[in-house]
Amino acid sequence: MPENHAHSSSRTTTPLVEMHNAGVFRAGRWLVRGVDLSVRRGEIVTLIGPNGSGKSTTAKTAIGVIRPDEGHVHRAPRLRVGYVPQKVALDWTLPLSVARLMTLTGPAEPAAMRAALEAAGVAHLADRQVQGLSGGEFQRALLARALLREPDLLVLDEPVQGVDFTGEVALYELIRDIRDRTGCGILMISHDLHIVMADTDTVICLNGHVCCRGEPQSVMGSPEYRKLFGARAAEALALYRHHHDHTHLADGRVQHADGSITEHCHAEDGHHHHSHDAVTGEPDAR
Amino acid sequence: MLDDFFIRALLAGVGLALVTGPLGCFVVWRRMAYFGDTMAHSALLGVALALVLEINLMIGVFLVAALASLALLVLERRGALSTDALLGILSHSTLALGLVMVAFMTWVRVDLMGFLFGDILAVSRLDIAIVYGGGAAVLALLVLLWRPLLAATVNADIARAEGLNPERSRLIFMLLMAAVIAIAMKIVGILLITALLIIPAATARRFANGPEMMAVLAGAIGAASVVAGLGGSLRFDTPSGPSIVVAALALFVLSLVRLPLPRHGETAPPTEERS
Repeated sequence: MPENHAHSSSRTTTPLVEMHNAGVFRAGRWLVRGVDLSVRRGEIVTLIGPNGSGKSTTAKTAIGVIRPDEGHVHRAPRLRVGYVPQKVALDWTLPLSVARLMTLTGPAEPAAMRAALEAAGVAHLADRQVQGLSGGEFQRALLARALLREPDLLVLDEPVQGVDFTGEVALYELIRDIRDRTGCGILMISHDLHIVMADTDTVICLNGHVCCRGEPQSVMGSPEYRKLFGARAAEALALYRHHHDHTHLADGRVQHADGSITEHCHAEDGHHHHSHDAVTGEPDAR
Repeated sequence: MLDDFFIRALLAGVGLALVTGPLGCFVVWRRMAYFGDTMAHSALLGVALALVLEINLMIGVFLVAALASLALLVLERRGALSTDALLGILSHSTLALGLVMVAFMTWVRVDLMGFLFGDILAVSRLDIAIVYGGGAAVLALLVLLWRPLLAATVNADIARAEGLNPERSRLIFMLLMAAVIAIAMKIVGILLITALLIIPAATARRFANGPEMMAVLAGAIGAASVVAGLGGSLRFDTPSGPSIVVAALALFVLSLVRLPLPRHGETAPPTEERS
């Protein structure tokens, strides 16, 4: 992957966070067990898996929100973490503007705050109350807040939830830009198997334990992945690496460039107008 | 001319309201109203124990209220009963225990009504000194603790992930609550303390754009309630503690009646869910 050459040199550096055989035991059962993972500077690691497979638990354990009941978690000294949790349920009784949300866990210069809000595309919302934002606006505000800390490690738990498809693509592009610009490591959780970012360096597939891992392409082809999600999911994963001559509709169907709609897109259904090099070679999604 | 006891009552009541307002905001934000009530009810048990052990009443109240909140934390962690049920058990059993113990103590004359509903007209110069000294200490700690406490209120996981310590914040917050209950017992009584925590904060919500503004407004609204309530109590010869609470309620109702100005970015439905 040529576009990642800039990062591959830094891959040799020590990891920002490293988990060895980590497990979390709650209420008489293991939520997740035997997890090994590491995130380095400039690297995007994506956790995927079905509901209840321990994705959030794994991410929280990595950044010290949860202490592991077995195994080890090692974080780089003075690691700055920016965290966007899966759910932020804000009581209406707490008046909170987007600008005030920015300085929740630490002070910030007004200029830096503006820059972070602009980077996340929500500068125009600074004076709005958080409770009045749409799902996508709120996600971006939370992302801006995490960015403002200039984190070494950005942890995003389902960052595209409540965001429509076009917003989803834009948000993933934003996340990639953040990585490219700041060189931070990103640990991301997704339950949306149809769109695992093309820019993800490592996909870790969880189901109470690590099922399989690797680059998106190799994970997709692994028998464990197919067993867990089915062959159709494996095809869906490949889609994101195709030319964008089609649009994914909200119900999961696909609208092609010629206007026709299919259940999902097969390379052989004749709607795609690109060579198959795109599937296996260059990530030319842009 | 106002009588001397009335000025003392005003001073003590306003001093207390300036502390319960900001602290009460956190009680409202964290949905801990019933929790505050439970701690306050345990105060009577603190009084009874202090009388038995012959220690200062306020210290007894502070210790028992703090212990009640710790007991709740421990029981909550076990997860056998819901927090709601635990609060119901602790709240009423500590109050009943206190009443029973006081009844046993035939050798001391206990002004039960004074403890339950307060006796603000009987505050001494020492009481005023304690309200302002203790209140200043509580407010100073609250200011120091403001950022981690607010961050933990918005989302404990974010706070923990980004290097703050939400458990410690929560513990200190509960100790501050216990201290305020100990200070407030003589002024509004243990049955009405929670009202001074919650009603001014709820009134302030409508007029506040940020958490800091809401805290300051809650203090001011609480102070206004004390002045209005004591004034009414003097004029209509009504019990002073309940009169203060009635005044606070009147201000809250007024804040609801006021037509909300169309403000930029303000949201109307309080039930809106964030997912």
